[in-house]
Amino acid sequence: MGEENVLNVAGRYDQIRTIIKFVTAGGEAAGLDEKALFHLELCCDEASTNIIEHAYGAEDVGPIIVSFQAQNEAFVVTFLDHGRPFNPEDVAEPTYYDDLSDSNIGEFLDQMKVGGLGIHFMRRLMDEVHYNFDLKKGNELTLVKYIPERGV
Amino acid sequence: MSTSDLAINVEELKRVGLVTVGGRIDSTNASELDDVLKETIDAGQNNLIINLSAVEYISSAGLRAMVSALREAKKKRGDLVISAPSPRVAEVFELAGLTTGLTPLFTVYENDTAAVGSF
Repeated sequence: MGEENVLNVAGRYDQIRTIIKFVTAGGEAAGLDEKALFHLELCCDEASTNIIEHAYGAEDVGPIIVSFQAQNEAFVVTFLDHGRPFNPEDVAEPTYYDDLSDSNIGEFLDQMKVGGLGIHFMRRLMDEVHYNFDLKKGNELTLVKYIPERGV
Repeated sequence: MSTSDLAINVEELKRVGLVTVGGRIDSTNASELDDVLKETIDAGQNNLIINLSAVEYISSAGLRAMVSALREAKKKRGDLVISAPSPRVAEVFELAGLTTGLTPLFTVYENDTAAVGSF
């Protein structure tokens, strides 16, 4: 328990499934159920896509370094990249969740383009989302999913 | 040959176009879906049913392709509806607010027959 596992891949779309397999295998071993693993899959996909599209701005600009740690009550995944600062907290969530309609599709699409929907998924599906920018390390995004008590 | 896990088939029915999609829709291949939907709409088929029964996974990149196609269809006074999504795919649409609320962007039908009947 508590051992950290690290994967370092090129920031390319075709590496995202490698990232997903790496993280979900760890999550399964840590005791996350099928639904939580699906949510983890979606959030790792969105986090990786945002790194390529917004921190790096293109494929093959820099690496995505993913690590996870299974603690007693939480599965913690960290994404590191060396792109420009991309703070999810600065990205507005798509606005029209209650009244999305024909008249505001364009605005909604623009918000989707800046990663807003992916960030919305992370906030909704993970138990904790943290962001930190360090001049030496770069962008650090941490996703936390609580592990249900076994046998409950 | 594409390395994509995505399969897309377009069939012309009498009143609508039926687009059957299978596999995973994510940032590696959402542009393929985007292209097919736009080409179909550009070719004059403004009313589309997207059957998602064989789609096992969709990310926001896939949703973006579908919302973008919906906008194109609506510009031409058409519509784009969804048929038979799996519970997981339906959950992603709901999470994005695309099929919920007072005026949901997409209408979801249990099967193609019901979807055809909506046009």
